[in-house]
Amino acid sequence: MAPATTLDAQSQTIAVRSPSPWRRVAGRVARNIPGLVGFIVIIAFFATALAANFLAPYSYDKQDLNQIEKPPSIEHWMGTDSLGRDMLSRLIYGARSSAFVVILVTVVNLTLGIPFGALAGYFGGWVDNLIMRVTEILFAFPGLLLIFLIAATVRPAVLDWARANGLTELARSGYLDYAVVILALGTIGWAGLARFVRGQVLTVGQREYVMSAQATGVQTIRIIARHILPNALAPIIVSISAGMGFIALSEGYLSYLGIGLQPPNPSWGNIMADNAGRYWRTFPQFIWLVAIPGAILSAIVLAFAFFGDALNEALNPELADKF
Amino acid sequence: MAAFIIRRLVWMPVVLFFVSVITFLLGVYGPGDPVTVMVGLKANPETIQRIKEQYGLDQPPYQQYLNYIASALQGNFGYGLVKYRDQPVGRIIAERLPVTIQLNIAALIVGSVIGIPLGILAGLTRNSWFDYIMRFVSLAAISIPILFLLPFLTFIFSRRHDLVLNALNFQITLGPILPMVSGRWDGIFSAKVILPVFIMSLGYIAGLARLMRAGLIDTLGQDYVRTARAKGLRERVVIVRHAMRNALIPIATVLGMSLGGLVEGSFLIEPWFGIPGIGQLAVDALVSREYYIVVAFTLIVAVAFVFANMFVDLLYPILDPRIRKS
Repeated sequence: MAPATTLDAQSQTIAVRSPSPWRRVAGRVARNIPGLVGFIVIIAFFATALAANFLAPYSYDKQDLNQIEKPPSIEHWMGTDSLGRDMLSRLIYGARSSAFVVILVTVVNLTLGIPFGALAGYFGGWVDNLIMRVTEILFAFPGLLLIFLIAATVRPAVLDWARANGLTELARSGYLDYAVVILALGTIGWAGLARFVRGQVLTVGQREYVMSAQATGVQTIRIIARHILPNALAPIIVSISAGMGFIALSEGYLSYLGIGLQPPNPSWGNIMADNAGRYWRTFPQFIWLVAIPGAILSAIVLAFAFFGDALNEALNPELADKF
Repeated sequence: MAAFIIRRLVWMPVVLFFVSVITFLLGVYGPGDPVTVMVGLKANPETIQRIKEQYGLDQPPYQQYLNYIASALQGNFGYGLVKYRDQPVGRIIAERLPVTIQLNIAALIVGSVIGIPLGILAGLTRNSWFDYIMRFVSLAAISIPILFLLPFLTFIFSRRHDLVLNALNFQITLGPILPMVSGRWDGIFSAKVILPVFIMSLGYIAGLARLMRAGLIDTLGQDYVRTARAKGLRERVVIVRHAMRNALIPIATVLGMSLGGLVEGSFLIEPWFGIPGIGQLAVDALVSREYYIVVAFTLIVAVAFVFANMFVDLLYPILDPRIRKS
């Protein structure tokens, strides 16, 4: 009897002392300097997006033709553009556009990617085959090519449809551009997540507790939701964090190329494109008009990359050596 | 293994079919009625009818698709609609494709020459300060968007910098270190190419260095490396003949990946520097509603990508005999 009690007492003390796994992960991320900085930048990004209307000193589309192309000053911390609009305000509202797209596309990716990936991994057979073949076809287009194609071709169709149905005001407001960007990014984004989730489900699905749940007749949906997904959660979170940086970057590219968010709605990409031509002609007089939005976009993408990296190391310490 | 190859070969035409259908439907029918795109909303019915017949748009969509693919296989990708009106799309693309391919080959060479040795060095001096800096810089180089590098590096390298310190009565003029690409395109062997190729190769440098480092660390822990050391081979022979060779295998994937980078890279870099390549044309076409050019461009790049991935898949078992068995 005696050894059993000691063992019990020991396990109790361990239970009291060791923090929860999530706290341990948070601790490891906090010790990783680039990861911690990344996390702070991400929080600042979303906070700026939420509080854009309180933080911005001016409106993003208010033109002041007496203040054209002014360099950074006390009234305009980041200068003004060719229409006399305050750059700082435009950049702050740009954060809102970016965060809006990042969050909605992530929601689309999650609602499509997790169920499809889990179904493919759990059932196998023709379900798996069908879902995986669809993702392969989406991946047959290199890089952002299909995203560019969808955004460029669907946008005029959506705008024409809105005008034909008496939604001229909506078409003019530019909100439909957000819908087009989210549609284009969401069409592709779920596929990567689905493949990832499938791989995780395949690994976790072999564990004994899943088999015992199956043996005791637990419903399939319940097995997936309660037993498999929670145990595959850590790597999925890492892939979502990495994916958010990619979405922010893609939105920047689309808007820069003129097939994403359209002016006057502010997006870091279209602010750069707006100023790029003028920037070339008078090079390098107005460098801040292009370099600052570019630097901010880079900082966000880097922040997601380093945070994702730190999270990955914290969740799988044994893999840390292999990037 | 044979079954895997056969499955891949059978599946490839199916992928090509879906890729071409998606591209054709999105490009020709995505933006709405193609005739309206061509002539605008105010055209008279006779013009519309004439254009429909001329472009075969009065036929059912599947027939149009078949016609398009049949003529595309012969190099005829339709005609420009707006800015490049009545010019054959195939010829426009053929004129610009070599420029982009040359730039990308140059970037791949620069990337390999710099990236692979950096990765080997980092892998051999694992956890040293050099390794840490390399890991940080390569992750940064992968993550920093070309959108930022373009204005930033152009500013640093292609302009004259006047540094004036009045207090010290000191003045120095630096640069421009590299000439700017503007106006005329002088071919791949001019100094103007250095900056665009360097920006294009940054992704390769960082990607290859990371792959090479991870591969080397992996192979250095393998049994056959330990055996080679136990045989008393010199360290240099162990690394060059046993570890490095096997670490090079995953780099074959870079061949396939590179086409993905080509798309974003040339879309942004070519218009910025005024390089008359296929990326500049594609951006122009996307914005100016030249959908036949967009369709042709997407088809060509996507088909090349499918073939490149197929090639890499088939190359792997040749490079790595262990895969042949599984």
